[in-house]
Amino acid sequence: MPEHDPETLRPSGMTRRQFIKSVIAAGVVTCSGALFSGPAGAAPAGPPGAVERLITLDVNGQQRRVDVLPHETLAQTLRYKLGLTSVKIGCDRAECGSCTVLVDDVPRYSCSTLTHSVRGAKILTVEGLTRPDGGLHPLQQGVLDAQGFQCGYCAPGFLMATLGFLKTNPDPTRAELAHGVSGNLCRCQDYDKILTALQNGAASMRKA
Amino acid sequence: MPQHDAPFTPRLTGHDYVTPDLRAKLTGTARFSEDFRIEGMLACKLLTSPMPHAKVARLDTSAALAVPGVRAILTAEDLPAPADTVTDTGSVIRANKWAEPALTMEPLYAGEPVLAVAAATEAAAAEAIAKIDIAFSPLPFVIDPLDSLRPGGPAARGDGNVWLQPPAGPDGAPAMAQVGRLSWTEADFAAAGPHRLPLGKPSREWAYGDLEAGFAKAALVLDETFVTPNVSHQTLETRSTLAYWQNGKVFIHTGTQSTMQTVPAISRWLGIPPERIVFISEFTGGGFGSKGTAGISLVIPALLAKKANAPVMMRVGRELEQAIGRARPSCIGRLRAGFAADGRLLALDMYVLQDNGPYEENNDAAMSGRIVSLLYQPQAMRWRGLAVLTNTPTRMYQTGPGGVQGVMLMDRVLAKAARELKLDQVAIRRVNAPAGKAPYDAAGAGGKRPHATSAFVKEALDQGAAAFGWQARQALPRDLGDGRRRGLGVGLGSFVAGTIGFDGLFVITPEGRLRIHCGIGNLGTESFSDVQRVLADAMDVPWEACEIVWGDTGKHLPWSCVSGGSQTIHAMSRAALAASLDAKKKLKEIAAQTLGGAPEDYAVAGGRVSRASDGRGLDFGEAARRAMALGGAYDGHEISAGLHALTKASAQALAGQGLLAVAKDTFPRDGQSFSYVATFAEVEVDTATGMYRVVDFHAAADSGVVVHPRAFGGQVVGRSMLGLGHVTGQRWVFDRHYGMPLGSRFYQTKPPTILELPQKTGWSSVGIPDPETPIGARGIGEPPTGAAAAALLNALSDALGDDRFRRAPILPDMILASLEPDARPRDHGLSANV
Repeated sequence: MPEHDPETLRPSGMTRRQFIKSVIAAGVVTCSGALFSGPAGAAPAGPPGAVERLITLDVNGQQRRVDVLPHETLAQTLRYKLGLTSVKIGCDRAECGSCTVLVDDVPRYSCSTLTHSVRGAKILTVEGLTRPDGGLHPLQQGVLDAQGFQCGYCAPGFLMATLGFLKTNPDPTRAELAHGVSGNLCRCQDYDKILTALQNGAASMRKA
Repeated sequence: MPQHDAPFTPRLTGHDYVTPDLRAKLTGTARFSEDFRIEGMLACKLLTSPMPHAKVARLDTSAALAVPGVRAILTAEDLPAPADTVTDTGSVIRANKWAEPALTMEPLYAGEPVLAVAAATEAAAAEAIAKIDIAFSPLPFVIDPLDSLRPGGPAARGDGNVWLQPPAGPDGAPAMAQVGRLSWTEADFAAAGPHRLPLGKPSREWAYGDLEAGFAKAALVLDETFVTPNVSHQTLETRSTLAYWQNGKVFIHTGTQSTMQTVPAISRWLGIPPERIVFISEFTGGGFGSKGTAGISLVIPALLAKKANAPVMMRVGRELEQAIGRARPSCIGRLRAGFAADGRLLALDMYVLQDNGPYEENNDAAMSGRIVSLLYQPQAMRWRGLAVLTNTPTRMYQTGPGGVQGVMLMDRVLAKAARELKLDQVAIRRVNAPAGKAPYDAAGAGGKRPHATSAFVKEALDQGAAAFGWQARQALPRDLGDGRRRGLGVGLGSFVAGTIGFDGLFVITPEGRLRIHCGIGNLGTESFSDVQRVLADAMDVPWEACEIVWGDTGKHLPWSCVSGGSQTIHAMSRAALAASLDAKKKLKEIAAQTLGGAPEDYAVAGGRVSRASDGRGLDFGEAARRAMALGGAYDGHEISAGLHALTKASAQALAGQGLLAVAKDTFPRDGQSFSYVATFAEVEVDTATGMYRVVDFHAAADSGVVVHPRAFGGQVVGRSMLGLGHVTGQRWVFDRHYGMPLGSRFYQTKPPTILELPQKTGWSSVGIPDPETPIGARGIGEPPTGAAAAALLNALSDALGDDRFRRAPILPDMILASLEPDARPRDHGLSANV
């Protein structure tokens, strides 16, 4: 890749366009993040030896610089600072799974994961599944074709839990997949159609 | 409005498709209320009551207001006083002094909001809450309705403990219900004993037929008491709300079950006219009745935003949601039922005591009587009911409100009767099933009992029994070895399933497309889109030529029903059809004016209006441009009378954009629309652990024409799962000494997970069109819940025997206790809140 190419990779591994996008997003961060910052937010620098606040996270293939409090959960960071609103907080206590994201390919309840604990890990949310041209991930497409989910509030969490499970078992039976996503609640309780749709999505992934 | 003149060709209706909102849900671009941000947005925190009933004795907010970042504190003093309101139809909604306020200085349940703080950050708001100087004086409280009815028992409110119905006035008009004091006598309690509901004084009752003659003729008389659970709605999306005021208007984002009906509700709560309200609710993360229109969770941030003069986001966490997020009321029922030898229900004496919570009277107890009278067609029946106030969270409609409790109380009585009379469970339901224009309730003012539009319950029973293999399974052994037992059960469900009289509105654009304006709430049932399939069929256009505009009153939407009580597919498919007839009339008139001849020479088909004689005509785009040139009614510059005021305002705003079609549903209907479900379940019980699970399940619906099969199936199975949860684990738990709720999280009042989906799950539909609606479709959301709960209760009785349980949910420890030698049914003093 020539030096003057606008898509030149930067040292972080990001393209220029990705870098600019992340800076724009970081601008949003400051204003929306203020809503949830603690009293410590008033003090710009912590005492010596405190946890570094300004950290870099690998989210959906982008390096995102973000100011993170020591007690901040990954769900708070993703939703309120990085604007990834697919991450839903249904219970904030690891009961419902609507905040599920992948951390190094493993489904995690982001409401119960401290952001500082996932520095250096690859974080994936539903926003990161869609291709840059807007095309759907085969899992999303398979679910869409089968009209999976009703209100859809639980859908992002279910999709990420499924994706993580399929990495360990790409061709599950219906019962195996049900176990794989049993940490996710749906209150419309359309579980039968959800399983059918997720199986359809898994089949799409195997064909892709 | 012209009559339904053209035959309806269902090219899209009845077929699966992908709804237009789904992609956003799967890509994370769907914006629920809490996903919105606006410049200068403040955070809101509530101070809630730490006691079940108290008065605020001291309140000083000065230290809280001094916290940096705090902008305003809203208290009960800031609320508009309750006032009578007049609806657009001229009817008066009278102020109710016992109605739920948004904030209160006399909280009536633990967790009730007392005041609200707006601050720059949630942390600052929380710090302010901590610095509020407040003292509460505890007052007497009651958690269980029977405690309140005992002589000298506590009352939930200072001025009473029950809802009383005063006699009708001299003009026969029903009087407004009032809170008053009522105690039952020691003799009432003594006569019942500890395990039956005492039959003390009710507040409401009705009857038809000769009850005592029915009991005298009966071959079997049963007297059964049962307690149904309090069940919180537990929508996965809490009721977080964003509100702000701009240019004299209030903008509100929150989840709702009706975009348009929420507007007049906001108007009543805030005391401002509808034209000053912009309401945005494109996606709603579950409602189940609890997000009907506007409630306190919307009012608090709206008033706080006004006081702070800045946008306010009230994020609602799970524990606050459990407190203010509504719940189905528990009902304690006592049913005395007399059966003939062939299973016919000759006489039914039904008493329902409702745990009402502290505020407005819920309709569940009354609805339980209505549904039982319809679904089991007793030859003679008396219903009595009493709503007792308790210091527990506010109740509200939940899927099949009252119908679920009625079926949970009654269907198990039918199951027991079948076993005692040695009848087949399907047969006893068939012999009592409603058919055709089946009557329900007592006679009204005209001396005639009201009736259903249709009922094909026998057909649903037969279809379900065949699909489930009911007869063949009867021969299966109940003992599965290793301490495991099999149980088989069937249960019925029913609920209202359609209203009438709403408006349809769409524009044929100059590009020849249909832009459909939709005021229906989008809570996942997909009816907001499904009813437009009917419109596309009626206009004979492909689905790709249609675009739906929904979820924002700024986009000019018509008056629509609330998506609750399974109304929408019935009500709004009628409204869509009415609008299509208006469009066709206008298209034909425009064609005749443009091309000559009379309007009736023309027909609408294939995206054109043309005449058969010479094939001349206009495509929709040409016709729309002609409509704009002609003006008047054709492009919406003149609006016909009879429409709702909000529809008129929307139509006027759209004038000049194309051919404007707008009409009110005035199609006739004889009777009240109900839907029905017959559900079959096989359960496997492990008597060593008390664990059980449904291994096979089939629900057969009688709901008329199915408009969107996959959405229909999703509702049948999803709402069935809700019913199974009523039996397997959903309940409230209270510390009865302090009146504090102990179960405020999912794991403590546990909804079914995907692992509780029956191993085999099926659904089907009888599909016989409803004769009283042009499309033939009725709603399906409500009836599966009660049917599933009843089928599972009956299957457990089949596995373990009758008289094991007098309350639901049935937890494993109850199963184990019931299997002890000399076990007695456990009912915990008929309390739902164990």
